[in-house]
Amino acid sequence: MLTLNHELEQSHHHHKHANTSHHVGGHHLMQVENLNISFTMYESDARSYFNAKQVQSNVIHDLCIGVHSGEIVAIVGASGSGKTLLADSLMGHFEPNATVTGSIWFDGDKMDAASLKKLRGHGISLVPQSVNFLDPLIKVGKQVQGFTKSNSIKKCADKVSPKNISNNASSISNSDDANNSDDVSNTGNTNKARRFFKEHRAQRAKLQAKLFERYNLNSNVASLYPFELSGGMARRVLLCCALMDNPKVIIADEPTPGLDLELAKVALADFRQFANDGGGVLLITHDIELALSVADRVAVFYDGTVVEETAVANFANPDLLSHPFSKALWHALPEHDFFAPTGGDALS
Amino acid sequence: MLRYTLQQLLKFFLLLFAVSVVAFVLVSVSPIDPVQANVGQTAWLNMSEAKRAQLSEYWGANTPVWQRFINWLGAVVQGDLGISLRYNAPVASIIAQRFATSAVLMTLAWTFSGVIGFVLGIVAALHKDRLLDRCVKAYCFVLASTPTFWLALVFLIVFSVLLGWFPLGFSQPVGVSSSEITLFDTIHHAILPALTLSVIGVANIALHTREKCIDILQSEYLRFARSRGESIVSQIRHHCLRNIALPAITLQLASISEIFGGSVLVEQVFSYPGLGQAAVTAGLGGDVALLVAIAILSAALVFAGNLIANLLYGVIDPRIRRSGFTSFSDSVKQGGANASHDI
Amino acid sequence: MLHTISKPATTAILHQPHLRKANNRKLLLVLLIVACVLLVATIVAGIFLSESAMQTNFSQKNLGPSLSHPFGTDWMGRDMFTRCIAGLSTSILVGLLAAATSALLAFLLAAVAALGPKKADVFITWLIDLLMGIPHIILLILISFAIGRGFWGITIGVAITHWPNLTRVIRAEILQCREAPFVACARRLGQSPLNIARKHMFPHVLPQFITGLILLFPHAILHEAALTFLGFGLPPEQPAIGIILSEAMGYLSAGMWWLAVFPGLALIIVVLLFDLLGSNLRKLIDPYRCQE
Repeated sequence: MLTLNHELEQSHHHHKHANTSHHVGGHHLMQVENLNISFTMYESDARSYFNAKQVQSNVIHDLCIGVHSGEIVAIVGASGSGKTLLADSLMGHFEPNATVTGSIWFDGDKMDAASLKKLRGHGISLVPQSVNFLDPLIKVGKQVQGFTKSNSIKKCADKVSPKNISNNASSISNSDDANNSDDVSNTGNTNKARRFFKEHRAQRAKLQAKLFERYNLNSNVASLYPFELSGGMARRVLLCCALMDNPKVIIADEPTPGLDLELAKVALADFRQFANDGGGVLLITHDIELALSVADRVAVFYDGTVVEETAVANFANPDLLSHPFSKALWHALPEHDFFAPTGGDALS
Repeated sequence: MLRYTLQQLLKFFLLLFAVSVVAFVLVSVSPIDPVQANVGQTAWLNMSEAKRAQLSEYWGANTPVWQRFINWLGAVVQGDLGISLRYNAPVASIIAQRFATSAVLMTLAWTFSGVIGFVLGIVAALHKDRLLDRCVKAYCFVLASTPTFWLALVFLIVFSVLLGWFPLGFSQPVGVSSSEITLFDTIHHAILPALTLSVIGVANIALHTREKCIDILQSEYLRFARSRGESIVSQIRHHCLRNIALPAITLQLASISEIFGGSVLVEQVFSYPGLGQAAVTAGLGGDVALLVAIAILSAALVFAGNLIANLLYGVIDPRIRRSGFTSFSDSVKQGGANASHDI
Repeated sequence: MLHTISKPATTAILHQPHLRKANNRKLLLVLLIVACVLLVATIVAGIFLSESAMQTNFSQKNLGPSLSHPFGTDWMGRDMFTRCIAGLSTSILVGLLAAATSALLAFLLAAVAALGPKKADVFITWLIDLLMGIPHIILLILISFAIGRGFWGITIGVAITHWPNLTRVIRAEILQCREAPFVACARRLGQSPLNIARKHMFPHVLPQFITGLILLFPHAILHEAALTFLGFGLPPEQPAIGIILSEAMGYLSAGMWWLAVFPGLALIIVVLLFDLLGSNLRKLIDPYRCQE
């Protein structure tokens, strides 16, 4: 395993490392370079309504960000500044009228729109904001187990070898039976495929039960509908959805809305655990305090781009921060002076 | 759940009662003199004053409206809907017979328009803004602007007059005794009217299904399903169909009103002796008893549709089944009911 | 550096819109003006043509479509094109009157329901349910029975049956508006209720109202035609599409298809024009959709 010497290479790819940042395999787990997202819109300040020209409005421009193995990177920016758009783009969701350019690497491979799509649930998982992201008419347990691999029995038998799944399960617990039939993957026989499919489902059910146990969710939560979940339960259920697919990177879009700092820290302890096991977390939030207390590195998102990507430790002193907006953020923290001497001018 | 059911039933009967009041009051304030209308103009002119007064008494022209309503309601509760003047028979038996003929037509149209509209709506939503979607949308917009009776006329010209595939009218062959009429004959005569109703009905169902389906496809939970790598087939099978089922049921049951309204026009064009044609005859001929009875029956059908939809919500939707909060069903129902008020 | 990411000369495109959007605001405006002109022209032409529409010419009867009679002639030698225009003109007038009355009624009832006492709201909502429960045609037959036939009979009938849907929409809009933070804010700032309604709520409800009003026309016109066709609407001596079509029924088996086909098509075009007008106007004035 190759590890970068962070002392010597404090700054590369536009960012500064934290102590925990690892370059497993010699690369970033996820690296975004020069991401641009723009929409065609009518000029809003045109003199005449009907003569309004169509203009390209840049929502995100020249954005770069990297996630290492074993770390939580927080993207901090104001609400409504396009953070969710960023999360969607990383998952390969593009608005039909958007133009998106840039380069995204995942685990050393360069991605395009198609391969990003393939990564959904197979490498990158999303933890959404709220229970609204669950189908209101399906029981929670079934939704956590997911339908990902159930649509095509044959494809399932051909592509996903049983080993793979027990590996998934064993990441939670090693006691799982890895001695499943080995001959399934090379038969086209539907009967066998069906049996395999059944086992596959049973295994996912087992994995779901284990995840629930691990995150202190009562087993009867599985038979509840989303509207019956409390806020805390919903957050853990959503995390279980992501972990079910055994991802390498988790993208969490405001996963703790409405929680105060202490509770949010508790809720994010699970993400810490995931990162410590070698995963990478991209935490998208508007809450700088939260970001500083749980993340390893912070990317400051301002005016459609990441203006500074730096280790949390650098927030100890405004002189270690390079961009005026980061400095302004530092000053805005409650334990500091609420006073932005240099930032004020630069921002306006 | 029981309370919910009872609530819905109570609402049903209250509305039905209100409809009978409205219908009765409307026909009672009519400027058409029931006596004149029923004996005919010439007979009226040749009649003696005493005879006129006697008839007036008979038709209740001198008793106040509320008194007549109570008398009528009392009779209705006992199963007596009165005598039809145009058809010279008890209203109940006419309605029963006419309803049977209309039911064939309406069921056919209702099923076809429902199934085809549902499929078209989903297909269009999946191809949003692409050629297929544009075609479905164009079809729906044009058909929604087409008068039902005109389309019936065009079908009559094309399929009956020019091609000769279908008879020119009547629900049964003329001059054949009823015992010789086969099921084939009945269906043969119902196809063209049913086709007209379906073609028109599809437009509404497809447009609304499309909109609902697009809402679901853009919903947060479907976004999340996509984020988890679910294929488009899985998204449709597990999320779309499940979530669209409830609005589709409401829409389908709400379309009863539209189908009934359309059947009045279509039956008139095809001389199809059903309820709709009877309604027109009763309206033109001042047959008060029959007209009121048909109005109430049509309202009962529509309200029954709404009632069934609401009860199904209670059974299917966990948000009502498990917590019984009713405001939800009302808010969803409105979406469907909005669709129901076309012809 | 262990892993260099070479910046590509041209940035990789991850996603692009399928189509470049045309600037269609101007196009829409032109379209709207054309539609308006067409409709007004039909009304005006109809008024002037109503005399010649009744003119019979028995030497020219039962003629199919030709250059001199684009829609053919009927069994009394009347020019079908002239009759159609005159009929459409009446239909549009009935539709305009009925739709405008209906929309006004809808606006008033919605305002009472949303801003008035709770009891009024319950009653109006219930009334909407009630009216929507009776199929429109049946209700119209009942009303025509009650107030008589003819121009005013049908206009009133259509007007008092078409308000429920729009009332529902506007009521929901006002309710939503009333709960909106900017209205609450205005209230806290001590603005008078009348002022709030005029300055803060009316502008929000207006686009819904205008498009709702225009989209009522198609329904009104179609119902007028249907009712007239059945014999409950305009009298036979008045030119109307419903009359033309119901008279044509008797001549269809003789193969005179033009008597029915063209008047119907003309009616569809008028209805579509109104539909187009309403739904495109929404794109222009609805702030949520004006980027389309």
